[in-house]
Amino acid sequence: MTDLTQNPASAPGQVPPRHGSLLTQGARTKRRNAAEKRFQLYGMIAIGIGLLMLVILVTTIVSRGIGAYQQTFVTLNVELLESKLDKNGNRDLEEIKKVSTFGYAPLVKTALADAVAGYGIDTSVPTKDMDDLLSKGAVAQLRDYVIENPDQIGQTVSFEFLASSRVDGYLKGRVSRESIANDKSISAEQLDLVDELIEQGAIRKQFNLSFITGADASDQRPEAAGMGVSMVGSLFMMLVVLVLSLPIGVAASIYLEEFARKSWLTDVIEVNISNLAAVPSIVFGILGLAVFINYMHLPMSAPLVGGLVLTLMTLPTIIISTRASLKAVPPSIRDAALGVGASKMQAVFHHVLPLAAPGILTGTIIGLAQALGETAPLLLIGMVGFIASNAPDSIASGLLAPNSAMPAQIYEWAKRADPAFYERAWGGIIILLVFLVTMNTVAVILRRRFERRW
Amino acid sequence: MNQMTSVEKTVSTEANKITAEGVQVYYGDTHAIKDVNVQIEDKTVTAFIGPSGCGKSTFLRCLNRMNDTIDICRVEGQILLDGENIYDRKVDPVQLRAKVGMVFQKPNPFPKSIYDNVAYGPRIHGLARNKAELDEIVEKALRRGAIWNEVKDRLHAPGTGLSGGQQQRLCIARAVATEPEVLLMDEPCSALDPIATAQVEELIDELRQNYSVVIVTHSMQQAARVSQKTAFFHLGNLVEFGETGQIFTNPTDPRTESYITGRIG
Repeated sequence: MTDLTQNPASAPGQVPPRHGSLLTQGARTKRRNAAEKRFQLYGMIAIGIGLLMLVILVTTIVSRGIGAYQQTFVTLNVELLESKLDKNGNRDLEEIKKVSTFGYAPLVKTALADAVAGYGIDTSVPTKDMDDLLSKGAVAQLRDYVIENPDQIGQTVSFEFLASSRVDGYLKGRVSRESIANDKSISAEQLDLVDELIEQGAIRKQFNLSFITGADASDQRPEAAGMGVSMVGSLFMMLVVLVLSLPIGVAASIYLEEFARKSWLTDVIEVNISNLAAVPSIVFGILGLAVFINYMHLPMSAPLVGGLVLTLMTLPTIIISTRASLKAVPPSIRDAALGVGASKMQAVFHHVLPLAAPGILTGTIIGLAQALGETAPLLLIGMVGFIASNAPDSIASGLLAPNSAMPAQIYEWAKRADPAFYERAWGGIIILLVFLVTMNTVAVILRRRFERRW
Repeated sequence: MNQMTSVEKTVSTEANKITAEGVQVYYGDTHAIKDVNVQIEDKTVTAFIGPSGCGKSTFLRCLNRMNDTIDICRVEGQILLDGENIYDRKVDPVQLRAKVGMVFQKPNPFPKSIYDNVAYGPRIHGLARNKAELDEIVEKALRRGAIWNEVKDRLHAPGTGLSGGQQQRLCIARAVATEPEVLLMDEPCSALDPIATAQVEELIDELRQNYSVVIVTHSMQQAARVSQKTAFFHLGNLVEFGETGQIFTNPTDPRTESYITGRIG
């Protein structure tokens, strides 16, 4: 019995494993397995870090940018005094237009003071400082309304004015009584008044569509700034890029891949295309500045020039991906077509190109997405035009009028002093990312759907 | 061998579809085909046999100028089709390939419908004036490809969905749809199972009624079964060319004998 306890391997039914048995692992096998496990662990750690970074990125962007989609509005009943707006009382539009925004300012102040009094709020803020609560654009909004509806003069109309960026920041937690200690734009008393008005429901946050559709605004009015116009600018540029780079890129790739005889010249071209894809975008920017603006005298800040520069940048991407997808079409398809007497061009256009199309489209979309997010070359050619006009005018301005682009607009906002613009920069990044993710998703779907297996 | 071929040349030039004279092929610096002379008769199956890399496929591809697509390939000498040199500068290879059809080693139907696969050639050559004529051509080609009965109910199903043997017969149907005069086949059965091989071989024998068929094959049994004439290639040389029966039973060249008996290859 003692024997058995000392050496359990020799117990009945437990035959000691013989040398070379498959049931035990040799030292080498153990080392190999350990190495494999270690490698898998490294891989999982790497993926984990990547995912963590992605989560941090997305949460940061969303948490900082989401504020831009909410805006604080002040609801006011404004009496459109005939004595101020149309002294002669004949509703002549030309005369009404002569009243500048300064003429409207007292109306707004009075309306605010009346509202405060109406709610029974006791405040030490003098009437002349009341309009610090409102955006500087409020009077312009009022004037636009009157010019549009002259028949409303003399009536009392309810308006929703944008609150000033300080009030907006106070509601979003960006501005506090401590932070405004040295701020001339707003005082603690005014914030007390804001608190009262919030309680009365006259000031509240709501969804801000004009951030998505609106135009940029001056340094004084961050609350009114929007991405809309720069989106139009980006759209125009993408049109130029698509119209130029797709046909040029595809034609160049087809020629190089299917027709050109291999020689030192095609090798040189091939190497150079690969190199061009790696050239920093700012180089294309300064090239565009020198060639398109200084030499060809195209207008600065125009989407056409931006599009041309981005086309130069996108072409290598499109050519490389198109050539790769042409290469991926099996040569037997070309042989089959040539074998029944198709010409080379028929073989390419009837058989090779349709099979390569999903790959070409994917490459094009990814190239466009790259171009959409490109900032540096746009700064060099001045694609940071300040356009304060809204949708119909900005779209009508076309390819040669100055415009901005989404990434340039974001850069512009991030540069400005007012922290309210910082929030808008993050908000703009959300829009840009939504575009990029959408484009890449479309590319993936196209590839999945039209991918063919042989 | 030379004696025999030269005799044939004088006797029956009428029946010769293709005459190759002093054909040399170079791949860059490699001399792939060395001075090949051969006569291919009309309405006959001619088999090219030989070990791998002996140049039989290369030579076959010379017959419809498929080698033009390879940049480094250079062909010298002349190949006459009905007395016209196909390497003449005035010859358009596209026109030539309509006359000399080709079936490849791996079945390579277009990733389109069965109908479109066969109709493609007639369409680009303008052989049909209307839909009804095209339908007729397609049906005739599929019948000649001995695949009509299997696919007549699913002409608009993708050609790539057929089995390997059916795909190869579809490719043969596609090749005959353009009404070629010569049909080149580059190891048409190497990717097929024995049953499909038998079907294709049977088909080749039928095609002989209308076409001059040139087939490259690795299988000597296949050459013996389907061909009337056999050419044996070795290291880029045409070693022996003659009646299939004579090549397999009584070869004149010792290299042919070694290959047939399995000592080289």
